[in-house]
Amino acid sequence: MSKAQTTYVEPARRMSANGWATLVIFLPPALLLFTIFVALPMAEAGWYSFFNWDGYGRPEKFIALKNYGYLVGNATFNRSLINNGFIIVVSLLVQLPCALGVAMMVAGRITGAAWFRMIFFLPYVLADVAAGLIWRFMFDGSYGLPSLITGALGLAPYYLLADKTWAFSAVLIVILWKYFGFHMMLYVAGLQGIDKSLLEAAEMDGASAVQRFRYITLPLLGPMIRLSIFFSVVGALQLFDIIVPLTGGGPFETTNTMVSFLYYFGITRMRVGFGSAVGVVLFVICVTFAFGYRRLFMRDD
Amino acid sequence: MSLSRFAFAAALATLAAPAFADTNITVLHVSENKAQVAVWDKAAADYNAQQKGVNVQFKYLENEAFKAKLPTMLQSQDSRPELFYSWAGGVMQAQNRAGFLKDLTADVGSVQSTMVPAAVDAFKIDGKTVGVPFEMGLVAFYYNKKLFEKAGVKAEDIKTWEDFLGAVKKLKAAGITPIVVGAGDKWPMHFYYSYLVMRIGGEHALVDAKAGKDGGFKNATFVEAGKRLRELGALEPFQPGFLSTKHTESTGMFGDGKGAMDLMGQWLLGMQAPYSTSGKGLPEEDIGILTFPVVSGGKGRATDTLGGINGWLVTKTAPPEAVDFLKFFSQEKYAHEAAATGAYIPVVKGANAAITNPLFKRLASELAATTYHQNYFDQDLGPSVGRVINDISVAVAAGEMTPEAAAAAIQEAAEQQ
Repeated sequence: MSKAQTTYVEPARRMSANGWATLVIFLPPALLLFTIFVALPMAEAGWYSFFNWDGYGRPEKFIALKNYGYLVGNATFNRSLINNGFIIVVSLLVQLPCALGVAMMVAGRITGAAWFRMIFFLPYVLADVAAGLIWRFMFDGSYGLPSLITGALGLAPYYLLADKTWAFSAVLIVILWKYFGFHMMLYVAGLQGIDKSLLEAAEMDGASAVQRFRYITLPLLGPMIRLSIFFSVVGALQLFDIIVPLTGGGPFETTNTMVSFLYYFGITRMRVGFGSAVGVVLFVICVTFAFGYRRLFMRDD
Repeated sequence: MSLSRFAFAAALATLAAPAFADTNITVLHVSENKAQVAVWDKAAADYNAQQKGVNVQFKYLENEAFKAKLPTMLQSQDSRPELFYSWAGGVMQAQNRAGFLKDLTADVGSVQSTMVPAAVDAFKIDGKTVGVPFEMGLVAFYYNKKLFEKAGVKAEDIKTWEDFLGAVKKLKAAGITPIVVGAGDKWPMHFYYSYLVMRIGGEHALVDAKAGKDGGFKNATFVEAGKRLRELGALEPFQPGFLSTKHTESTGMFGDGKGAMDLMGQWLLGMQAPYSTSGKGLPEEDIGILTFPVVSGGKGRATDTLGGINGWLVTKTAPPEAVDFLKFFSQEKYAHEAAATGAYIPVVKGANAAITNPLFKRLASELAATTYHQNYFDQDLGPSVGRVINDISVAVAAGEMTPEAAAAAIQEAAEQQ
């Protein structure tokens, strides 16, 4: 976004008469579209969140902040929030370091590097829903992966997706599997942009591999890492389409994210007002993060 | 084609076609049952052939998409259907409150008199008729005769809840999974809770709870139903991993003979074969039907039935032809045809005589002899309370929630509505 802004501002500064003409001609359509399809629906969601409304007719039962009140202390919603937190933590602490590690291996011109990159990237190309469905079969206790292990050990079949303590780990595994390749590709692109002569110079000066990584690669990769963290967190907050086919939020609503909570408890129950309240909370969290993060960490990128 | 020839053809077409545009009647539905849709399409084709200038068309929308899109479609001039599918109950009432439905009270009296009263009444709101039913369903235990035999269980001896629990224990002792259930989808488990409420509290239980009498859903009936459900759950009668099993999967398991019983609607008979591993399922002579047992001391009778009631609603702005088609559709001829092809159990009295399948015959005769027919709880109560009933049914059966907490959760949802 910031990049786009600079390109618009600079010509305007140079030729202000022309700039104004451009503004008058090109801004209204964009502004109109933005208002109708982005700003207005958001404002409407905010408005609906003050009503008890089933989606039929006009919202009439004004209940002020009650929908938000229902959210406070709602065990399922709290669990969804915690789950979102889990996804972020696992993404940052497991997914990103692994992606960076593998990226270091496949970024160089080693034989078959392109193949490896493609294989790791492949899951990302797959639709989330398809990934969820595939893994639903993979986790099945009777014929999936766990059945191979339990079968070999002669144990009773284990149904991970029916286990309320561990079912969410299944979701985490699928997320790691699916988005790992995307982050790896970001890092590969970043690594390929690093000037080789810097590393060679350091090597000649006697810097060890660890030192080269710590003092040259990592700082130069900074923008990419910050971008990757940004995508991870925003993606984690919006995660939805893997959950529905994989667990449906179950067992006992232990595997919902905020968005799947919104879907199951707002949309399918036709509590549009309540769902809107969830949407507003989600929006506030996302916007706070996005702007805060950009201000704090991505200022120079 | 040159311009003059095009103009000539256009002129011809204008002469040939009636001077006014066709009246389009769109009937929106969710059925994936091919036999059912075939009967409907035939009715539409017959009507279109008979009524010049009217074009009736059945249009399919996937179940979840239908539910999510309908509120918006009903508000739009262009995409609003003239007739649409309904499960009656809470959603229909919401549609009526918002003023989307046509009052049919004065128009459909003649077809109502040919139908089963319980089904007709489901489409009345405060005495006003807003829809016309076409199908009734029945939830019952389907059992695998061979597995019952193997465990030494006699279906005809199962009359009470205690008998039923005894049968479950016997099956389990014989190494057979007594019950398959698609608890991952939740609603299959709510049939247990619903039937228990009906058997314990009788026909007024749900009505009274909705009206908030005796603590609403927190009253003794609902708590007791939860206790009985937990009693069943404690025997661990369900297939392993049942909490993540989908409805279609459990149906396939029943077809594969991997479980002895399934408490399900009539569609199980059509689904158990295609969803089984072999694709063949159980031969129909190996499937028996068992009425949900009575609970001793309860107010409900064994002849009280639970099942879906489906029908058509007419939108307020629909032209008179829409109502005319609905009456045409509701004549015995099509009900008869639906019965004969095994497409569904029609609500037109007497049409069930055309049913040839013995299992369907049994269902139809139980429905005909019903002393009180209850629509699915989750439809009757509407989605916001209905889905809570589904959730708590699973949680209570699995011992994750106490019956008291479950009853309180339903009441809370009812109050937030």
